[in-house]
This record gives sequence, structure tokens and C-alpha cells, in this order.
Amino acid sequence: MSVRVSELEILRYDPEQDEAPHFQTYTVPCHDDWRVLDAINYVKDELDRTLTYRWSCQMAVCGSCGMAVNGEPVLACQTFVRDYPQKIRIEPLQNFPVERDLVVVMDDFIDKLESVKPYLVPKEEKEVDDGEYLQTPAQLAHFKQYTACINCLLCYSACPQYALTESFVGPAALALAHRYNLDSRDVGRRVREDVVACNSGIWECSFVGACSDVCPKSVDPAAAIQQTKIASTGDYFMKVLMPWKRK
Amino acid sequence: MSRRPYIREPSRMGWWLKQSRYMRYMMREISALFIGIYVLVLIVGLFQLSNGEAAYEAFLATAEGPVGSTFAVFAFAFAIYHSYTWFQVTPKAMPLTLAGKRVPGAIIIAAHWFGFVLISAALWLLAGR
Amino acid sequence: MEIIDTDIAIVGAGGAGLRAAIAVAEADPSLKIALISKVYPMRSHTVAAEGGAAGVIKGNDSFDSHFNDTVAGGDWLCDQDAVDFFIREAPRELTRIEHWGCPWSREPDGHVAVRPFGGMKVERTWYAADKTGFHLLHTLFQTSLKYASIERFDEYYSTDLMVINGRCHGVTAIEMRTGQMRLFKSKCVIIATGGAGRVFPFTTNGAIKTGDGMAMAFRAGAPLKDMEFVQYHPTALPGTGILITEGSRGEGGILVNKDGYRYLQDYNLGPADPWPRNKAMELGPRDRLSQAFWHEQKKGRTISTDHGNVVHLDLRHLGEAKINERLPMVRELSRSYVGVDPVYEPIPVRPVVHYTMGGIDTDIDAATSVEGLYAAGECACVSINGANRLGSNSLTELLVFGARAGRNAAEAAKHGIGATDDRQIQAAAQAAEDRVLNLFRKTDGDESISGLRREMNEAMEAGAGIYRSEDTLRASTETLQQIRERYKNILLTDKSNVFNTDLVEALELGSMIDVAVAMACSALQRKESRGSHQRLDYPDRDDSAYLKHSLARYSATDVPAIDYCDVTITNSQPGERVYGGVGE
Repeated sequence: MSVRVSELEILRYDPEQDEAPHFQTYTVPCHDDWRVLDAINYVKDELDRTLTYRWSCQMAVCGSCGMAVNGEPVLACQTFVRDYPQKIRIEPLQNFPVERDLVVVMDDFIDKLESVKPYLVPKEEKEVDDGEYLQTPAQLAHFKQYTACINCLLCYSACPQYALTESFVGPAALALAHRYNLDSRDVGRRVREDVVACNSGIWECSFVGACSDVCPKSVDPAAAIQQTKIASTGDYFMKVLMPWKRK
Repeated sequence: MSRRPYIREPSRMGWWLKQSRYMRYMMREISALFIGIYVLVLIVGLFQLSNGEAAYEAFLATAEGPVGSTFAVFAFAFAIYHSYTWFQVTPKAMPLTLAGKRVPGAIIIAAHWFGFVLISAALWLLAGR
Repeated sequence: MEIIDTDIAIVGAGGAGLRAAIAVAEADPSLKIALISKVYPMRSHTVAAEGGAAGVIKGNDSFDSHFNDTVAGGDWLCDQDAVDFFIREAPRELTRIEHWGCPWSREPDGHVAVRPFGGMKVERTWYAADKTGFHLLHTLFQTSLKYASIERFDEYYSTDLMVINGRCHGVTAIEMRTGQMRLFKSKCVIIATGGAGRVFPFTTNGAIKTGDGMAMAFRAGAPLKDMEFVQYHPTALPGTGILITEGSRGEGGILVNKDGYRYLQDYNLGPADPWPRNKAMELGPRDRLSQAFWHEQKKGRTISTDHGNVVHLDLRHLGEAKINERLPMVRELSRSYVGVDPVYEPIPVRPVVHYTMGGIDTDIDAATSVEGLYAAGECACVSINGANRLGSNSLTELLVFGARAGRNAAEAAKHGIGATDDRQIQAAAQAAEDRVLNLFRKTDGDESISGLRREMNEAMEAGAGIYRSEDTLRASTETLQQIRERYKNILLTDKSNVFNTDLVEALELGSMIDVAVAMACSALQRKESRGSHQRLDYPDRDDSAYLKHSLARYSATDVPAIDYCDVTITNSQPGERVYGGVGE
């Protein structure tokens, strides 16, 4: 196993000491199968205990370790040092306030995720002892892709609309709303409408598609939003032309 | 307290210059501008047509002149790019499922190009050229 | 110090913690719930579980079968009344979470599908592709948003339980973004903080699995039960320790050594064919499979790589379509992290630490010996897993006992807890804050957190690995006691109040050391081999002396005192664990 020396240029920020974020460079001997996360862990364990970042599962399923590597939002645990030149620039995810070093403030995202009512609004109530709702493999396939979101925030980081418009609900939250809207057991599209189908919701999206580009789980939030636009337009015309049909 | 979250503002004018994917997006959006202007040119042409042969000939002379031709080339290129990007995203906006299986995006895109070529050919023939 | 008054404080927002919170909210919407977690809920390690959750629903299955598989799998160290309760509640909890939207994989007719899993005679493992933990956790988190009475405190690191005169009155926690300590004054506390795999150097566990809740309860007077039983998952990727689900074997994957030979047949798990066959070969219990690897390694029949010895998990015969449908995450992980596409090549795997069977001693009601303190999930030991856990029982356990803890805590809170001495509680909180501040403000000290952590890891791997012996355990116990002393000389480099992970890692290391000492000492005292605790010097199971749970009690200065309590036996008398053809 070979070792290559990498130079990590990491954006640091301690509000108790720094006016503004600044770069600090570390020299790290990287094994050829190391990920950026392994290199950062090396810095923290061997060089600088003050380096602060989030991580946990190191298998791209918990969504903790999102950061911008050479300007691109990625999961540090899935990004291999061998794919980069010797100098690697590491910054916290764009479009979020920086709390400390590579840790961003996620409050806005959490609020927006909660606002779309991302839980099942069942078509019919059923007792647990009466068994499961039936759902065919085809019905499951219909929404399955949109269940894969790990809430890693890479999509918000890539989205220029979110960068420029604070109120935009954002890709992951809208994709999650779509996941429930498509679930055959759910009838909650109406209750999600106010937040989803409003000007700060799907209509703020201009289909840049960067969110889907960077998504590590191929959720394709851009597709979710466009499909929601079509469904919502249909809802609107129904409301206007056949108001008696709205339940 | 001692917290002081730091906000890094994006450049409101120049954000799209930072990455190639944003530049391609802006090209796509700007293509609509060119197409819109070309539609206006066509409308003016139609209007001049109603004003008689002399007016129409004058219009054609301008439209086929150096400025007009250069613009037409750009507008055409942007129109093709516009169609290309539009067709690329149609499978995302309208996913198709036939007989329980997801229709591959490539087929939907190919079908759009096929229709595009068909209609373009039909219009070309109808225009008598 | 800011005091947050609440009715129920829940420490840990993974599967068990979220399920408990929902249970409290449903039992009594007027009860205030503080759901405290050191990470955002969706980062909890439940998210990494892959294979599935067991519950009897199919016509060919029975409660007796699930019961017997679990008790035998646990080498008869399970409390059978608890197992009985668990297996009966299991299908109801799994159905309930389906009602909440969990995207279980289905059969063509729309019913929930089940797959075979290790140590289970009949297939009963419900699954959501191969990301069951992920789907369970996200369904629970998203469902929890419906309840206004659940107030979340995300990224609060809990430090100490407030126990006054044997009763728990709350917990102190550091708000990580400001560094400020807060006192959560509550009528009951539920601990759902997960296991402690990070005590070992090679583990499937994420960074956060440092046993904080176990250590907190331990220090507060609750004994830790059966700590010597640590499960090695037989198939994890070399280097990173990333988990390759048992489901891959449930779907028909095979394990071969460097000669391409399915070696498990040499270890009482065969014959190799017919395959697949439940409870045989690759579908044997995890402890047996990990032990087989150890023996193969000794015989020199494993494959050598840069990250240690491995064997091969071969999925090629399943075909691309089946792998993409049932095991998409396995394919993704294998390609990303070891550059192997299981459709074309076998995956290199080795056993790594995966699960802590032991934990905070609780009874069948999820109550600990400290009044007002409950525990559920991997941090607790009821015990339904005994000496070895069967795969897919754990996710179900989160739901069953998370709900149980929530309901019982709600019941207790409703009845009130009588007068409380606020001064004493605040004094305890102040003591907790002082302890942390002393560590924070220290300017002398020469021990490094990463160095001590590494030494602790090495001591555990050397002494308390898959196979143990008197001398290795004694050596490790001594080393760990020394590390405990040296811990007092830790010096923090990071002096910021804002999101200080140097401090949090130091506190986590303290928890891990306490847990490690309990594990090593319990292992040293158990002079037999049972389930996942294998002694080279005591290779047989000794029911006459050791058909008992070990109980470790905390000592501030010395090694924990270990004594024993009985195992509840009802229907299943201890017998021989038979797998493979013999079991038919």
C-alpha cells in the first residue's frame, strides 16, 4: 500500500478567536485507499485537535460528513484522496452559516424538512392487529427512489436558488414531500400543498438540476420537484374548473 | 453567547461563473431570450408581409443582411441547445411506466428527437423549399 | 445553569429513543418530552443497519419457532419471559411502523415479504431492500414530527444522570454549539444511546457508538449486565469495517477460504448441500461464523490483504438482477470501498465487532434498578439476546422495548414522583458541570486523547477478542486500569466553547474506558465458553456454574465488582445448539 503526501487546505473558523474564516494548510501522508474523511481524522488525531467536523457511519448512509472539496459538495467518507491532485481544498458546505470550522448551522434545513409534513397521512385507518396495508411491488417502486434521501444537505449546498432566496423550501424537503405524495397508502397531498405548492416551494425552483447532480443517493430531487409542479398544476385546474370535485 | 455563525454570501451577479454546470444552466435560460427575439422578428416579418411586397422585401433584406444573419445563426444554435436540454429533462418531469417497467430515459429522449425531426421536415416541405 | 423542566427526558434519538418518544406522546399527549441526542436523529447508528427486523407473520411460522431460535441462538442465556413477550409483540410493532409508512419490501400480492436470516429455522425477517435500519429510522423520525409534545434537543451531549437517594431526577447535557451545560429536570429518564463498538479497533460501528449512556447509568449505580458478550459480525469490509449485511447470505451468498472451499462445513454447520438451507452453513449464527474464521486464520487458510486476513463472500451466482433488487447497497458499498463488483467478483470480508449484547441491566419492563431510570435498545440488556444475538432481532428490539420503556415511563410520570429536593438536584448538576469545567480548564497534562483511545482499542483487541484466555484478559484488565489512571492526565487542546469536539471526544473516551473495563472484567470472571464469549482455557459451556447473568457494579477507584443473577428459564431447557444438517 503506497503513501502519498497530500496538502489539505482547510477553512477554519472559531467565532471566539476569528473575525472571519481563514484557510489553514496541513500536510498529511495519505494511503492510496484513504478517503478525505480518513485524511481529516488523521489531522485531528495527530496534528490539530481543534479541527472540528461532523462524521459518524463512514459508509455514506448517515449524512453527517457533507463538505465542499475543491468547491464541490461531497460526502467526505465517499470521496477518495487518490482522485484529487496533491492540494485539496476543504470547506464547509456552501449556503449554510458556518458554526465552527467545517460544521454548518442546519437549523433552516430542519425547519423546512419539518414544514412539509413528511409523514404518512393514511388513506384509511387500520388496526395493527388487522395487518399491514397492502402495497404491490409496483406501487413500492413508484416512490422508492425518493425514500433514499439521507438528509446530507449536499443538494441545498449546490442549489443556486437556495443560495439566493432564503425562503426556498429546497430540494430534499420537496423530494421527501413527493415521496409521501406518491406513496399509495398516503392521501396527504392537500395538507402538504400550502408549503410545497407555493411560491417558496416548488415554484421557486427553476430546474437548474445541480441538486440531482450532487446527490450521493440518486434521489433526483429535481425530478421530484418537476413532477410535483405538474401534479400541482393539475390540482390547480381541477380546483378552478371543477371545484365540486375537491374533497 | 459566544456563538457567531458566519454567513458567506454568494455573489448575486457572478454566482453562475463559479462552476460549469451553472454556466450551462445560464446558457439554457438565455436561449429563451434569443428564441423570444427571433419570434418577434417573425412577427414583424408577418406584419410587413401584410403591408405589401415592397415592405416585405425590405424586411427580408434586413433579416438576411450581415447583422440579421449573424443573429439568426446564434438564435438557431440556442434553439437547438434549448431543445436538447428540454428533451434531456423530460424523462425526469414525466417518468413513464409501461407494463410495470420504467421506460428508460434514453427512449423518451429519442422519441422527442424523432418527433422534432419529423415536424421540422414536414414544415420544411410545406414551406416549399 | 439553565434548567429545562420536562416530564420525560430521553437520551438518544435512534430507533429506540424515537420509538419511546412516540410511545409517550401517544400514551399521554399532555406529558412533555425532551428528546436529547448528541447528533441529529437521522445520524443515529440505527441508520446503518441493513438486513431486516424479525417478526412472525407467515403461515409457515410460529411464535414457538421464533422463541426457540432466539433462546438457542443466545446459548440459553436469554430471559425466556422477556423473549416470549418480545416475539409476541414483534409482528405488532413491525406492522405499526408499516402503518407509519415504512417501505417494507413486498411479495407480489402486496403483503410484506420476509427473508431467511442467520440462526432462524423459518424465514421471518421483514426487510426494506438492504437498508432496513435506514428506513426504520427515517420513518420513526418523520413520524415523530407529528407530535407537538416531543421537543428535540439536537446536538446536546449528555454527561451525568441526576440520581438522588436511588431515584433518577434528570440528566445534565452540554449544548454543543454554545458549550453551555443544561439541567433537564424530569420525572423519568429513558436511556437509548446504543452500544459501544468503538471500544474495539475494528468495528462496523460509527464514531458515535461510544457507550455514553451505558457509562452514565453505570456511574449512577445501575449495574451493567453480561458485558463480556460482544458480537463479531462475520462479514465486514477489511480496513473500514463497513458492514456487509447478513441478508447477502440470506439471499444465498456463500463464504469460501483461499482454496475456494466452503469452510463452514468443517465447524458443525454443514453439510454444504442442499443450499440454501436455514440455520445451516452461511446461515448459522454469527458467533459460530466468526469463530470459524478465527480457526481458518490459524490454519493459514484465509487470504492475506493489506488490511489483514479475509475470506471471500461470493454472490456471483445470484446474478445481477437479484443483487440489484435485494442487495443494491451491498453492491454499492463493495464497489465504492473495496473496488469489487459482487456481480463479477467475490467480496473480501472479515469479522469485526458489531453489537454489544450486554448493557444496562433492565427487567422485562425496560426499568433499571434505579427508580425512574429506564433503558432500551442496544444500550440495555433485558436480556433477550443472551450470549449471542440473532441477526434481525435487534431492530425489532428497538421498537418493542423502546415502546415498552416509553409506555412505562409515561405511566410512572403520570402517577407523579412525590416531593423532590431541588437543592440536591441542582447540587448534583453543579457537580457535573464542575467535573466538565475542570477537564476543560486544565492547563497541565500530557496524555493525548487519540493515543489513549488507540491503546484502549489495542488492549481490548488483544485480550477480549473472539477467543480469550486468562492471561490475555488479565493483561488487558491491568492495561485498562492504567489507562483509567492516565485518563486523569488528559489535556484538551481545543479551548473554544463553540462546538468543541475535543472535549466531547475526551468525555466519550471516559465512557469507553468505563465500559471497556466492565467488559474485560466480566470476561475474566466468566470461566466458560458460551455464545460469543469463547475461552481457550475453558472451552466448554458450564451451565451448573454459569447459567447466570454477570452484573458489573461501578467503582470509582477499583475494577468493577462482578456478581451474578439467575436467568429466567420457562419453556426451553438448556440444550445443545445444533445447526446444519444435524438440526433437522
